[in-house]
Amino acid sequence: MNDILIVNGRVIDPACGRDEVADVAIAKGRVAKVGKVRAKAKRTIDAAGRIVCPGLIDLHTHCREPGHEEEETIASAAATAVAGGFATICAMPNTHPPMDDETAVNYVHQRAAEADLARVLPVGCITKGREGKELAEMGLMLEAGAVAFTDDGDGIASALIMQRALQYARMLNVPLLQHCQDPELMGGVMNSGAVAVRLGLGGIAAAGEQIMLRRDLELVERTGARYHVMHVSSAGSVKLIRQAKAAGLNVTAEATPHHLLLTDAACMSFDPNYKVNPPLRSADDVEALRAGVADGTIDCLATDHAPHSKEEKELEFGLAPFGIVSLDCALGLYAKALIAPGLMDWPALLAKLTANPAALIDRLDALGTLAAGSEADVTVIDPKARWTVNVNKSPSRSRNCPYDGWKLKGRAVTTIVGGKIKYEHQTARRGT
Amino acid sequence: MPPCKADTFIWTRKDLVGLDELSADEIVHILDTAESFKEVSTRSIKKVPALRGKVVALMFFEDSTRTRMSFELAASRLSADTLLFTSKGSSVAKGETTLDTIRNIEAMGVDIFVIRHKQSGAPHMLARNIPGSIVNAGDGQHEHPTQALLDIFTIRQRLGRIAGLKVAIVGDIAHSRVARSNILGLRKLGAEVVVVGPPTLVPNAITPMGCEVCHSLEDVLGEVDVINMLRIQFERFSSNLFPSVREYQKIFGMNAERLKRCRKDVLIMHPGPINRGVELTSDVADGPNSCILQQVTNGLAVRMAVLYLVSQGSK
Repeated sequence: MNDILIVNGRVIDPACGRDEVADVAIAKGRVAKVGKVRAKAKRTIDAAGRIVCPGLIDLHTHCREPGHEEEETIASAAATAVAGGFATICAMPNTHPPMDDETAVNYVHQRAAEADLARVLPVGCITKGREGKELAEMGLMLEAGAVAFTDDGDGIASALIMQRALQYARMLNVPLLQHCQDPELMGGVMNSGAVAVRLGLGGIAAAGEQIMLRRDLELVERTGARYHVMHVSSAGSVKLIRQAKAAGLNVTAEATPHHLLLTDAACMSFDPNYKVNPPLRSADDVEALRAGVADGTIDCLATDHAPHSKEEKELEFGLAPFGIVSLDCALGLYAKALIAPGLMDWPALLAKLTANPAALIDRLDALGTLAAGSEADVTVIDPKARWTVNVNKSPSRSRNCPYDGWKLKGRAVTTIVGGKIKYEHQTARRGT
Repeated sequence: MPPCKADTFIWTRKDLVGLDELSADEIVHILDTAESFKEVSTRSIKKVPALRGKVVALMFFEDSTRTRMSFELAASRLSADTLLFTSKGSSVAKGETTLDTIRNIEAMGVDIFVIRHKQSGAPHMLARNIPGSIVNAGDGQHEHPTQALLDIFTIRQRLGRIAGLKVAIVGDIAHSRVARSNILGLRKLGAEVVVVGPPTLVPNAITPMGCEVCHSLEDVLGEVDVINMLRIQFERFSSNLFPSVREYQKIFGMNAERLKRCRKDVLIMHPGPINRGVELTSDVADGPNSCILQQVTNGLAVRMAVLYLVSQGSK
């Protein structure tokens, strides 16, 4: 007997090229069958009119633990994840202390197991202490279960260190995730341009992102390593990535909800909830990013969920920290940016939240797919649900969400991880 | 209290955070109100009871001499009680946030906060969170509305109008709150503005504010009615935004030679404090075209007007 049977849903499984009305049977924590299922189950979920897809994967989540548990913990991040339809999140290593050895990697596993909600996959540092000076023990962290490496929050400033990191990553066959930003050109707090000039705030030029990206592409070409561009923010970067892919380089990229939806004009209010790194840029950049996601230049969608305390986000714009939370509303935001304007359909969008990120972190054998035998991580989406973001109802410990009060269409109603229902929206209870 | 010239106009704002938010009518209303306050300074008893019983806190999180003294005197001429806060030796040094500092002082019963802060947008953040009135006395590199108002007041006094004039603002535009407020105010009242300086100090992205950008002082001399010379801050030189003070003075400094190439009645302004011999030579600063001291005098009337108006505002 199956544990869970999801019937009559539109099953979208980009990894298997499937988009059809079917049933999904789950037994012993695995996907047992997708198709017409006659066998009974302990729990049947009626998914008529809904989308059934592999559990969503977020490549870029700041869990803040250890170090800033008042802002988020691995448990609260995991709870926020499943509320947003994410069965898996990749935990960024810019914690305090930074996640730069296998003890830290094991700590994430342990805390994630205790929380027992979403899968939390550790991403290790590229350099010790995130200082950009000496390589961290990527091999040992990989053995302990790290899925990728980054110094996110900062790019690797030294071309020499980056070259060595890429050489090393090539041997290990792991992806390096780069936060492209030339540190010398990081003098500001928002996008440089007319709005920053008007507000008298220091600008961060897109050139600072593109200069490091150009340098890295040169090194990627030389080393053949797997290279992933985090939170692409500018039209120029989209163009560079498109060219690099055409040239056959091993490059992937991600875009965030805020860079797909917001522009620097939002900073006119001096509201620090719009302060984010890389910064919100121009309408032209937003358009280029959306086009890049739609044409495949940008492979993945990732939240860069970055919690910060109310006290810190109540400071002056210049003093407040960078970051936006969006893990629990991201799916509706992606739909608003990409599906509502007709740039993409659900199968194309979901590929960037399932198969593509799973392939990036070498987990497509188990995650991001509904192939028989894979982990029973399943998300049920109501694509027509209209709802309003209410930041005070978020399971996140932080409230730095500029989308509070936004009306969205489309949300996750059920999130299943390893064959267990970890989240059910109140509207989800149909079936038996 | 002072009979307003534009007596059909009703002022509603409780805050003055910048000129960006104000309409042309509101700016003119402040200038007209200042006009009526100007006379107070000529009386033998230089005081009116407009703010009697009100408390004005002067919150100077960043150093200032003339703006602080001007606001302090303006408040006392309106019969308000004043509290002075400077960040040196205060709890700010102990790590208290700006918002907490203001909330604590507000708890003592303050009606109007005059804020000088090195962070752009600090008054806006406070205006969102504090029920009392917030008056911006200079925030970071963003706005210095009362300085621009007194500049515009002085231009109007000397040249009789604002609309149709062409004003050059020369110097470190990128880091200047005086420049931004002047551009906004002058444009709203129908003047043309050209900003002049080297590209490292004058970003092209300022043109959407409605001004022209020019990198040659020589080119604008003959075509402007007003030249407002901004103070050069020497730390800009050490951060390589221009090569040397000597070179700057040669290319962008105002001197008698250049004054000859200007219109005869050109108005020379400077928000102070002057670096004599750098932005402008002493003969120009002290000459008949200069209105530098008049600016300071007018500042008092303008600040009286602002304090009075925000005390009447409700939203």
